[in-house]
Amino acid sequence: MGGRDTDIVLLDENGIRCDGRKVNETRKVTIKAGVLKNANGSAYIEFGDNKILVGVYGPRDVHPKHMSDTDTGILRCRYHMAPFSVGERKNPAPSRREVEISKVIKEALEPAVMLKEFPRTAVDVYMEVLQADGGTRCAALTGASVALADAGIPMRDLVAGCAAGKAADAVILDVNNEEDQAGQADLPIGYMPNLKKITLLQLDGVLTPEEYKQCIEIGIDGCNQVYEIQKKALQDKFFATGEKQ
Amino acid sequence: MSDGLIIDQLKKNQILDLLKEGKRVDGRQFDEPRKLTIDIGVIPKAEGSARARLGDTEVVAGVKVQPERPFPDTGDKGMLICTAEILPIAHPSAETGPPQPPVVELARVTDRGIRESGMLDMKQLVLEKDKSVIGVFCDNAVTDHDGNLFDACSYASTAAINACKIPKYEMQDEKPVKIEGEFTEPPITTLPVSVTMAKIGDFILVDPTIEEWGIMDARITITSNSDGNVVALQKGGSDGFSQEELIKCAELSVKVGSKIREIIKQSK
Repeated sequence: MGGRDTDIVLLDENGIRCDGRKVNETRKVTIKAGVLKNANGSAYIEFGDNKILVGVYGPRDVHPKHMSDTDTGILRCRYHMAPFSVGERKNPAPSRREVEISKVIKEALEPAVMLKEFPRTAVDVYMEVLQADGGTRCAALTGASVALADAGIPMRDLVAGCAAGKAADAVILDVNNEEDQAGQADLPIGYMPNLKKITLLQLDGVLTPEEYKQCIEIGIDGCNQVYEIQKKALQDKFFATGEKQ
Repeated sequence: MSDGLIIDQLKKNQILDLLKEGKRVDGRQFDEPRKLTIDIGVIPKAEGSARARLGDTEVVAGVKVQPERPFPDTGDKGMLICTAEILPIAHPSAETGPPQPPVVELARVTDRGIRESGMLDMKQLVLEKDKSVIGVFCDNAVTDHDGNLFDACSYASTAAINACKIPKYEMQDEKPVKIEGEFTEPPITTLPVSVTMAKIGDFILVDPTIEEWGIMDARITITSNSDGNVVALQKGGSDGFSQEELIKCAELSVKVGSKIREIIKQSK
């Protein structure tokens, strides 16, 4: 769609975006693993101006009991936005948007987590968005896989998240809030870099087949960059000096 | 409930064995959707309506058009809302009560496909800027469930909106008043059509039946518009896709979608 009308210049004549980035540049990402005392695993991620806290509990008993599966563990995810995380206060009750995002993030993490190791149990992933600025689902997914790894849950790979999109007729990496509102397309990607598998993919907005290919290409590139930061966060936690094993 | 359907092991083995021979249980090609029939105007009280039958999956979409107060930040555009629900008559596993995540996803994916394509030129649906706009509500009711509700809802919605009539209103004392018996054509710009593909092992199957749906590893729904561009997309299920698979899926979606679009066009 044409998106919302604003006065913001999304891309200036030098190819610089409204927040000073180049088209193929991500925002600054910082991740810290193991930030909560009670959770089995946790992570705090800042993805540009997004601030998200993730806590993982489990594997643990399943309540209600009928949800448990004798063949495999189950993964339960809740993506939730704090009422103060956005411009206008958000009703704290889970919205339909949050229900959907929780579901797509769950399905993005499932291929990575070795749930068969823990039959009859549940792993609960709680993602709390404290401040939102576009691209929260990718940021939450990125933080969630670090928190799962921090909890010591066996995984095939980390899942890194980063969106690609289109604004001012240019294909861009890591869509921010302004570009999401006024831009032409947003294509969030979740990617397992070692297994080379895309596990989260959504799109809203119009892309030609060629732009679609480019978006996936640069989106994967962005995920690879985010992946390095995820690994660094885990190294910093488990090898306190930060040196590589 | 459209996910997590339980398929017995024998049926699953049968489907997998056939796939290895390059066949599907119902004899279709991998890139062949089921037979689609669309009847429009099935609900005369609605301003637009369509019954879509995709194989044995059936959806009734009804469009209601009524004046609304616009949202504060979009006073220069009409309103469009699509919903979907699975009626308890559709399948033994369908439940009444608040919608579960799979149903919320179905409704939101259906809405996204229509909305993001810009199917309706919303700027033409304004009665008085910031005061009164025309709301188009397209509600989908799944009446029979044989898998792939995403596409059935997409086709029913697109056909119903394409065939709807917009009543005429005039502003009197700042209130919209309907002019009885006068209608205009909806401002259609494009016809969005979704194509859902299931990934089972390394196979990509267009328009999965309920049995294929029950055993698939992952799925992807790609909506394309009349120009052959991709306008919306949703990946689901507990596995991932490779980059090559995604490009193949987009090509398939545009190719299959263009044939479906002809059926929707002819239904009007």
